[in-house]
Amino acid sequence: MSEQYPALLVVVPLLSALVVSIAGWVNKRLCFPIAVAALGVAAWSAVGLLLRVLDKGVIVYKLGGWSPPMGIAYYIDYLNGLVLPVVAIVAFINLIANKKAVEQQFPDKIGPFYTLYLLMVTGLLGIVVTGDAFNLYVLLEIAALTGYGLLAMGEERAPLATLNYLYMGTIGACFYLLGVGYLYIVTGSLNMVDIARLLPPLYQSKAVLAAFIICMVGVWLKMAFFPLHAWLPNAYTYANSAASSLIAPLVTKVMIYVMIRLILTVFTPEFVFTTLALSNAVVWLAVIAIVMGAVLALAERNLKKMLTYIVVAEVGYMVGGAWLGNRDGMTGAILHIVNDALMTLCVFMVVGNIVYKVKGYAFEDLKGLFRKMPFTMGALVIGAMSIIGVPPTCGFFSKWYLIVGAISAGHYGFMAALIFSSMVSVVLFFRVFEICYFEPFADHHGHDNHPGGMDEAPVSMVVPLLIVAVILILVGLYTGDIVNHVIQFAIPETMV
Amino acid sequence: MTDLISMVVAKYNFWIYITLMMIGLYAIIAKNNLVKKIVGMNIFQTAIILFYVSISVKKGATIPILEHGHGPDAHHVVHAADYINPLPHVLMLTAIVVGVATLGVALALAIKVYDNYGTLEEDEILAQIREK
Repeated sequence: MSEQYPALLVVVPLLSALVVSIAGWVNKRLCFPIAVAALGVAAWSAVGLLLRVLDKGVIVYKLGGWSPPMGIAYYIDYLNGLVLPVVAIVAFINLIANKKAVEQQFPDKIGPFYTLYLLMVTGLLGIVVTGDAFNLYVLLEIAALTGYGLLAMGEERAPLATLNYLYMGTIGACFYLLGVGYLYIVTGSLNMVDIARLLPPLYQSKAVLAAFIICMVGVWLKMAFFPLHAWLPNAYTYANSAASSLIAPLVTKVMIYVMIRLILTVFTPEFVFTTLALSNAVVWLAVIAIVMGAVLALAERNLKKMLTYIVVAEVGYMVGGAWLGNRDGMTGAILHIVNDALMTLCVFMVVGNIVYKVKGYAFEDLKGLFRKMPFTMGALVIGAMSIIGVPPTCGFFSKWYLIVGAISAGHYGFMAALIFSSMVSVVLFFRVFEICYFEPFADHHGHDNHPGGMDEAPVSMVVPLLIVAVILILVGLYTGDIVNHVIQFAIPETMV
Repeated sequence: MTDLISMVVAKYNFWIYITLMMIGLYAIIAKNNLVKKIVGMNIFQTAIILFYVSISVKKGATIPILEHGHGPDAHHVVHAADYINPLPHVLMLTAIVVGVATLGVALALAIKVYDNYGTLEEDEILAQIREK
């Protein structure tokens, strides 16, 4: 059974998406348990895979028994062995937490929603697990198309914002496909390991250079790296809360994973950081991304949109860390994939709970919330501490590695940007806390329930949120183990 | 000048796909009507499909179906040079499906936008959003 984990990871959510869409016609109440079971199996397989990788090393799974250059292989090493459980667990927790929110927001679309949700998770898990460059493109589009569907189920502005995302997302995926085409021209292979084997003699070729840069631009578009970020804030803000708390933590992080996979496995770090001599420019772009993300977040008077700009800034952290070109920076970037997925999940779930109760997320809707929803706001405090980077929450440790990486690369601009963004995060979140804690209830919301009373979101939403908040601290406390037992082996030894 | 022309002619498939891609990109960026943007996006995708198909071509080769593959006069020696490379075609079959799906989702979203604002011109929609 456990040999089949890589296939189960993708096949179970895929087939259950079909089952859910049929069950939706029969009885809507069947959809949720099926989705939970499917993602439970996926999460179980992902954790099982990580344990197997820790135990036995890299796993190559040949789909249908076809060997790599001809068939599609799933390839699990320490890098995606770490990312897979994060994706699966984030999707699983978010699914459970949002049962009530889905019933409240679109009671007549429960079946389609869970179908899209499962397909989206299939796509994301597939991107992470696959070892085939073209297969990655197809799964990228599966995740993107379902993402458009999920994001468009929202406020009045959601369809237009999603349409803008769709243009940019399609261009990004097409660029990636074009880059893979160039790699196929020069190597005649689509398997990542095979390409990596065939590439080294060709590193001086202009086509390889073009392939790398085109792939990178495509992936940057998809992850909303600063000058290419314009689609993200609106698309994530106007979507329904269940979808945005799935997509905001996972999509950008999975794309960061793809970027690191391209750098480390398909190409080599020597080619990317030494032959290309681009890394300094990219790290400076990341500096601009971090600073602009922080400044634009500061300009917002709306909690959810503020958080989306923080996502843009966090993308800058990870791209910059990966492109510093040293071991500490890369460790920080990989660790930040895990941490940022969890802390973004935490804060977006908080927004989901607030939307469920207050029906709004503008700053004026937040007044007096500490008294009204103490547990939700407690989780927001932990999530915010993690984004600011306060120990022992996990955000501190990845930021620490990133700063150490910046110092040993001699890139003080990046270090300054990281510290600047932490400072701005302090301002951002304490401004929110001030409104929630000190300002009394707003009049237009106060009259239907007596002011001062507690009016927390349902238990089924609060408990998963608190679990995420605890995970943030646990991951922080066990950072040493994660780095020493997993991430250390994910980075090639040639990289110092 | 002749250098330039011979360069263009020698690799004309690349020039065609880049031209098409840029036409698509221009439409996405510059057009005001949402459906025109969507059409531009589709041209962009099609350009890449044509690029893939064009790289599978070999001089003097035929479609990748084995001649006399079975039957009484079947011969089993296959010369790869006699057949064009089928793999990019197979890949593009998937990419075409993806393109159709994207087009469908985009048009569905355009219908939703039209329901909300009663127009598909982007400037008019933005003016309506600003008024609120």
